[in-house]
Amino acid sequence: MIRDATAPPRDRSGDWRTVLFPALISLVSIIAVFGALAWWVTSSPQWPRVQAQFFSLGDMRAAFPRVLEGFWVSMQVWLTALVCIGLWALVLAVVRALRAPLFAPLRLLVVIYIDIFRGVPVLLMVLLFGFGIPALNLPGLPNAALFWGGVAMVLTYAAYVAEIYRSGIDSVHEGQWAAAKSLGLTEWQTLRYSILPQALRNVLPALMNIVVALQKDVALLSVLGVRDAVREAQIYTATTFNYSSLLVAAGLFLLATIPMARLADWVARRDRVRRLQRTQ
Amino acid sequence: MTAPARIHIQALTKYFGNRPVLDGIDLSIALHEVVCLIGASGSGKSTLLRCINGLEMWDRGTVRLDGVPIDDPGFGGGTLQKRIAIVFQSFNLFPTMTVRDNITLAPCKVHGKARAEAEKTAHHLLTRFGMAAFAARYPEQLSGGQQQRVAIARALATDPDVLLLDEVTAALDPELVGEVLSIIRDLKARGLTMVIVTHEMGFARDIADRVAFLEGGRILEEGAPDRMFLAPHNARTRRFLQRIIDAGRL
Ligand SMILES: Nc1ncnc2c1ncn2[C@@H]1O[C@H](COP(=O)(O)OP(=O)(O)O)[C@@H](O)[C@H]1O
Ligand SMILES: [Mg+2]
Repeated sequence: MIRDATAPPRDRSGDWRTVLFPALISLVSIIAVFGALAWWVTSSPQWPRVQAQFFSLGDMRAAFPRVLEGFWVSMQVWLTALVCIGLWALVLAVVRALRAPLFAPLRLLVVIYIDIFRGVPVLLMVLLFGFGIPALNLPGLPNAALFWGGVAMVLTYAAYVAEIYRSGIDSVHEGQWAAAKSLGLTEWQTLRYSILPQALRNVLPALMNIVVALQKDVALLSVLGVRDAVREAQIYTATTFNYSSLLVAAGLFLLATIPMARLADWVARRDRVRRLQRTQ
Repeated sequence: MTAPARIHIQALTKYFGNRPVLDGIDLSIALHEVVCLIGASGSGKSTLLRCINGLEMWDRGTVRLDGVPIDDPGFGGGTLQKRIAIVFQSFNLFPTMTVRDNITLAPCKVHGKARAEAEKTAHHLLTRFGMAAFAARYPEQLSGGQQQRVAIARALATDPDVLLLDEVTAALDPELVGEVLSIIRDLKARGLTMVIVTHEMGFARDIADRVAFLEGGRILEEGAPDRMFLAPHNARTRRFLQRIIDAGRL
């Protein structure tokens, strides 16, 4: 059949075959792959033993209340740390962005700080702060491992976030600085009213990824004996020699991180749309 | 020029690295006078305007406003910018603020004006420029011509004595140039002192009281617009204008 060349191409988006068929194919292939995987794992001679140790519903139920309690601790640490990181990183980024010669020594300090805290593994910082500083018994400061471990997380993460802020500040057009200065605004006013609002909007997707990463990295504090979800799950494991509690903790973290990851995705998509519209 | 100089520039010299981009500029702008700067790209026109508004530092020479050097401490804290405003080719409006907030920012935050009063001024300016209906919009939602009209309103919000305009129509689609030029004509009619950098030669000839031709950071020739455009003395001015005519822009 010869189609009229001048006729508009048929809109096929509403056609159920074009929608349903690919979906069906992917569903079938997913079931096939995971089914085969499940069959392969469960057919292993060791499977019943593993199942009893990791997938025991009874143990999961028994461990759940304590692990959940620990999970609240994790989430509290997460939220508190988020606020502190966001603010401290902003201070670092602003100091680095100020151009007046007066701030040169401070700028140098910030650069050194960022280099150090980005260059050492978070886990190491948590151990050093969590065990080292309480041992000093500093007067007037709390001694809890949880507190100092949290401080280590904040200081480390802030170094990364400050760099994200900085990339956002650098991405703002130079003309904005000129416009603000030509109106008589000080550097700080320029940052506050013009540069930072644009910078934050530009780096929101990158920040969301940090938020998700931190949500699970707070589990690092368990090495200090902080009774968070991971620690509680380990305590259960140590007394019963059953690992199902670890899966409970994993499940709880997933419940929290997956919605955050979706949110991060949504923010990134919206940001992309905004940029596309602007360049049109 | 018998009228007292509002702006007096003497032997202004500025280097980028070891290359002079302003090379001994002498220029006076009288009260109510409109001076157009013309010259090829890279001749130093923008740098000159940016020095007058305090955006750039220079190496030698002086710039005076009503007889006072503009690097005088008395011109700090935004005082200079209140009296000498500048508008850029690329508008440079603040995208996260509404049109109204763009205009009231400096009056409120730099000069401590009451918000209600600043908004009244903003409303007057926007009405004059046919933009009153757009006060609550964001810059991205406006056409280039509308954005530039807002940028001019923002520059005028502190009621400056001198307005510097740096190729304010160069980034506009041709059909939007007219609306911005008509605003500038209106400002001249009200007696505002202006220094205008433009490639719109017809407009320059029409609006300027005096035209200065820049090349290599020097003013090679200045004079009344008709004489400059019809009978330039300097061979380089002639060559520049010839190129403009060949490009169909005069
Ligand atoms: N920030 C800068 N650093 C180095 N060179 C610059 C800078 N700004 C401008 N220049 C140079 O100074 C010269 C004059 O520039 P400009 O004043 O923008 O000229 P115009 O506005 O007449 O096109 C140009 O050669 C340009 O390359
Ligand atoms: Mg220029």
